[in-house]
Amino acid sequence: MTLFLLSVLVFAGGQLLPGDVGRSILGPLADQRAVAVLDHQLGVDRPLLAQYGDWIGHFVLGDMGMSYIYRAPVAPFIGTALVHSLKLGAVAFVIVVPLAILGGVVAALNVGRWLDRVITLTGLSATVVPEFVSGIVLILIFGVWLDVFPITATWPPDSGILTQVYYLILPSVPLVLVLFGYIARMARAGTVTALDADYTRTAVLKGLPYRTVIWRHVLRNALLPTIAVVATQAGYLIGGLVVVETLFHYQGIGGLIYAAAKSHDFPMLEAGVLTVGVIYVLAALGADLLTVRLNPRLRFGGAA
Amino acid sequence: MSGVALGEAPVRAPRWETLRLLARSPAFLAGAAIVLFWVLCSLFGERLVPIDPYAADLLGTLDPPSAEHWFGTDQLGRDMFSRVIVGARDILTVAPLATLLGVGLGTAIGLVTGYFRGIIDNLVSRLVDAVLALPLLIVALMALVALGPSNGTVILAIGLSFTPIVARTVRSAVLAERELDYVAAARLRGESSGHIMVMEILPNILGPIFVELTVRVGYAIFTVATLSFLGVGLQPPSPDWGLAISENYGLIGGGYWWAVLFDALAITSLVVGVNLVADGLQNALDQ
Amino acid sequence: MTDDALRIEDLDVAYRVRGRDRQVLRGLSLAIGRGETYGLVGESGCGKSTAALAVVRYLPRGGRVRGGHILLDGQDVLTLTKPALRQMRARSVAMVYQDPGRALNPSIVAGRQLAEVYTQAGYSAAEADDRALDMLRRVQISDPARVMGRYPHQLSGGMLQRVVIAMALAVDRRLLILDEPTTGLDATVEAEVLDLIEALRAEFSTAVLFIGHNLAVIARMCARVGVLYAGTKVEEGPTAEVFEQPRHPYTVGLLRCLPRRGRNKHVARLDTIPGFLPTAPDLVRGCVFTERCGMATDLCHDTEPPLAQFGDRFSRCHYHEQAPTLPRATPSELPVAASRPLTRVPVLRVENLSKTYMVGALGVAALRDIEFDLWPGETLGLVGESGSGKTTLARVLLGLTAPDAESIVQIDGRPLPDLAARRSPAQIKALQIVFQNPDSALNRAHSVRRIIGRALTKLGGLRGDAMRRRLLELTRAVRLADRFLTARPRQLSGGLKQRVAIARAFAGAPRLVVCDEPTSALDVSVQAAILNLLADLQAERQVSYLFVSHDLGVVRYLSDRILVLYLGRLMESGPAERVFNGPHHPYTEALLSAVPDADGRIARIPLTGEIPSAVRPPRGCVFHTRCPRKIGRVCEEEEPRLLARDEDSHSIRCHLPTPELGRVRADLAVPA
Repeated sequence: MTLFLLSVLVFAGGQLLPGDVGRSILGPLADQRAVAVLDHQLGVDRPLLAQYGDWIGHFVLGDMGMSYIYRAPVAPFIGTALVHSLKLGAVAFVIVVPLAILGGVVAALNVGRWLDRVITLTGLSATVVPEFVSGIVLILIFGVWLDVFPITATWPPDSGILTQVYYLILPSVPLVLVLFGYIARMARAGTVTALDADYTRTAVLKGLPYRTVIWRHVLRNALLPTIAVVATQAGYLIGGLVVVETLFHYQGIGGLIYAAAKSHDFPMLEAGVLTVGVIYVLAALGADLLTVRLNPRLRFGGAA
Repeated sequence: MSGVALGEAPVRAPRWETLRLLARSPAFLAGAAIVLFWVLCSLFGERLVPIDPYAADLLGTLDPPSAEHWFGTDQLGRDMFSRVIVGARDILTVAPLATLLGVGLGTAIGLVTGYFRGIIDNLVSRLVDAVLALPLLIVALMALVALGPSNGTVILAIGLSFTPIVARTVRSAVLAERELDYVAAARLRGESSGHIMVMEILPNILGPIFVELTVRVGYAIFTVATLSFLGVGLQPPSPDWGLAISENYGLIGGGYWWAVLFDALAITSLVVGVNLVADGLQNALDQ
Repeated sequence: MTDDALRIEDLDVAYRVRGRDRQVLRGLSLAIGRGETYGLVGESGCGKSTAALAVVRYLPRGGRVRGGHILLDGQDVLTLTKPALRQMRARSVAMVYQDPGRALNPSIVAGRQLAEVYTQAGYSAAEADDRALDMLRRVQISDPARVMGRYPHQLSGGMLQRVVIAMALAVDRRLLILDEPTTGLDATVEAEVLDLIEALRAEFSTAVLFIGHNLAVIARMCARVGVLYAGTKVEEGPTAEVFEQPRHPYTVGLLRCLPRRGRNKHVARLDTIPGFLPTAPDLVRGCVFTERCGMATDLCHDTEPPLAQFGDRFSRCHYHEQAPTLPRATPSELPVAASRPLTRVPVLRVENLSKTYMVGALGVAALRDIEFDLWPGETLGLVGESGSGKTTLARVLLGLTAPDAESIVQIDGRPLPDLAARRSPAQIKALQIVFQNPDSALNRAHSVRRIIGRALTKLGGLRGDAMRRRLLELTRAVRLADRFLTARPRQLSGGLKQRVAIARAFAGAPRLVVCDEPTSALDVSVQAAILNLLADLQAERQVSYLFVSHDLGVVRYLSDRILVLYLGRLMESGPAERVFNGPHHPYTEALLSAVPDADGRIARIPLTGEIPSAVRPPRGCVFHTRCPRKIGRVCEEEEPRLLARDEDSHSIRCHLPTPELGRVRADLAVPA
């Protein structure tokens, strides 16, 4: 249901962008009749509903139409860009999730003490710094002054996985910073709630060692809400990377969408945005399934 | 007579307690100081700076920091220091306005969907979910490309993109409140739905709304800066920080670090300050 | 005695709240011998739960022991090293507290949680499982293997508490601490759980520290009792003696507050304890109870009384011998009742009332065929356990949910629209409610003046000066001091909040007020004051009450007539005394026997099995699956009709003929 609405939204949004299509392609000096002919060829003078049906039908089958600008199928562009973004997102994900969860749990175990305040405040501050700011600072420090990491994420063709990761580390740091605070805060809140719960008291009063209490009793209840949150970040990690991609000259899907929007390349734009949306919805679905699987209350019904 | 009150002394009025707690938190005070500084800059900046931020000096372009130009000069020879100070103004006008729009609209939607539930709620929630599927930036980006960048459209774009998130938060707060008995009591008095939503429920969720507001201001600043960086936000010759960075970051490779670093630090300090304030408020209200 | 299971000496505990220390326990001393049962009794805020937590050294954040010793089996708990503390918790002491659902980890199956106790005690995994299975059988769970594999949310309240008890008594313990273990459980389930604890205790000869506020339960379970007030122990001794001849004004007051057999609102008012708990008990110079004591003198103000001992009893009062002569705080004379209006039409007439909920495709009958009449100035008590439908009935009458189509509900002879939204303003103000939980019933963002004022405007149509005058009349009527008008609910105690709720309900001069467990969340002394208030208001204004409560003593005090509900069906309806004294329905009989009574013991009639699910009710008489007086096939196949059994409109739904519906049948009763 959500997907359907999403696609309608995207389509509508695309239609709202000003400017006649044919005119954008041919330029302001072209003859009006030529523009009309092109419009007709592209099918943009048909009724909206027909256009939508046509578009969706093709999209589902993998055919995303032709780019106005490049005069070539959109799909391969999206494909490559998506792969790039996925790689970057994956690197960031792998770094931030364990780090943030660890940070949140440690903070919760030391509630109120200095370690907690430090972790919480650091996370908080890091989250709000815009990626381009942290990106630039990092580029300056690590790229220019210390020259440890490359400042553009274009690796030589045929590089191995490790080299690619190496190039991606610097761009992923701003993402890590932005996400750390949010995930750590959820992990911390969940752990604090679990620590205060009656069942933790029962476990301690059984005489179980502290470590067992945390590991076996507290964590599985504490991290349940965090999982859902982590999954929602997946959408951001794929499509929201516009800034980082621009900074590091990386061809990801965010940059593609941006370029398409600027040049009124509707098929590209719509395809790109819809792809990102689809991925997000899939991730959310995955999170829901995982939550149901891990939460016995949802998995098995009520009182026997 | 039984129960004629030998009463307990009422608890000290909650608002004073909150202020006292805030005053004791170093993080909050630091944040507030920073924010205050930038607010003053945005209000009085133009009168305080020594050099006109818009004056170009084509002979003195890209000069490193010196006694005359504390932060150096940019590509057009304009004084960086003045530009940094004055750059606070636009961002501190646009971001709060956008936030107010988003929170106001979001609260209204959240109240209505949370209270009535049923079909309206289902539909709107699905819509909200769909919109939230797209990263905020993309949505704002598209909106601005469509509408053309200007202060007004930035406010509109960011405000509207905040609305779903705020609506969702308000909705869950309303869902929790409406189960409480005082809502049933109100219905049993024959109160209209409008009355219940605004007079009964709303006062109790002002806390979370306020917290949302302060957090969103931080995000708004973040987003305005990013949009300017991408070229769809504030336009030249505004000394806005994000814009300045986008104009100058290509020069980093050449070693002209001062053209971007100070703006970056300015942004960082403002957002961190706002968030320290927001965090402090949240902690104090939790007590 | 070195043989003591537990010995507390001079314990001082304080909590740190917002930078200040608040003392919660002062110089508490008590001793429990091996295999002995000791009850610690007090109202909220007296510190009894803190004492329990101190014994296991699990005080919440901010709590500190400031002095004293706690000797468990000879060892001082407070000086144990961490590993030794764990050993103690694993071997010597166990704690069972309220709300078993929350005490178990929702993500681990019950069996594993129980087996954990055994593995901690050194058994292998396989042995632990076997023993766990065995233990579940010991706590009378009929299908232990199935329960082992279930998650906590899949088990009922009674079963959960049994699992928790199994965990507690899994290994031989010196001491078992129980902190309000049966609060929140249905009466019949509570009785069974208490029986179980008795039996196991006898078998293992474990010492028991039973903490609670319900004097009747303590009287039943404990040989000795200690009364705690504001962190100080004020009286101690053998339970029966203390309750029959109390020797401290506080104990005297507490016992007088209880609605007891033979007393009801027409006979006398309940006595109360005036005033409130002192906010800073450690700053009080003399006796901590002075402010509320009816026989306090200057000596009481200045010097703290020593602990007087007489026989094996103690009392901390200068005048403990005269304690039983404590003057009443509330005069027992009743106010002059307004004359009952003569009407031929009842305030409320209900016939054929049913309410069915749809769960998927299945219809669940929450209420079936309810019928009753309610006259002005009368209280109808609604009795039943969980699943009985009493809450649903209240909601239907108020118009929060609509009953099934064939139901007839009439107010003053005219039909009442089913939903509140469709009722006229006159009808709306005629039917009001007082909720159970005063915290959620009052809008925390509004002041008292606004809460009551709004009700006056909306229900009474009053504004301006007229409204203000009426507001003051109302607050005086509920005995709420003027200075609370500007307060917010969070600044008020439970009793005060409930007064505000009552004032609000009476704003429009209602004809009928539904009282949904209005005193369940309140302390005994406050409860008495509220019950008196409700009775007074009824006498003055001839308003009718529909009183829902699980506390039979309270119901008995206030009610003129009683409805007994089981699984949505009306089992019995009649005048209060008849229903309580008999002849009555077998369910009523069992229910009454399950309630522990501070006065004396009634022989218990145990009910087998659990309350059946409402989704698949038993055929025939819904009670037959648990009825100890089941005749035979007819009970399984045919639902009995509600028949009047005598001229007093006392009706019972049972196949048994009237002469056989007597009191306890000797061969079925469990000896007290």
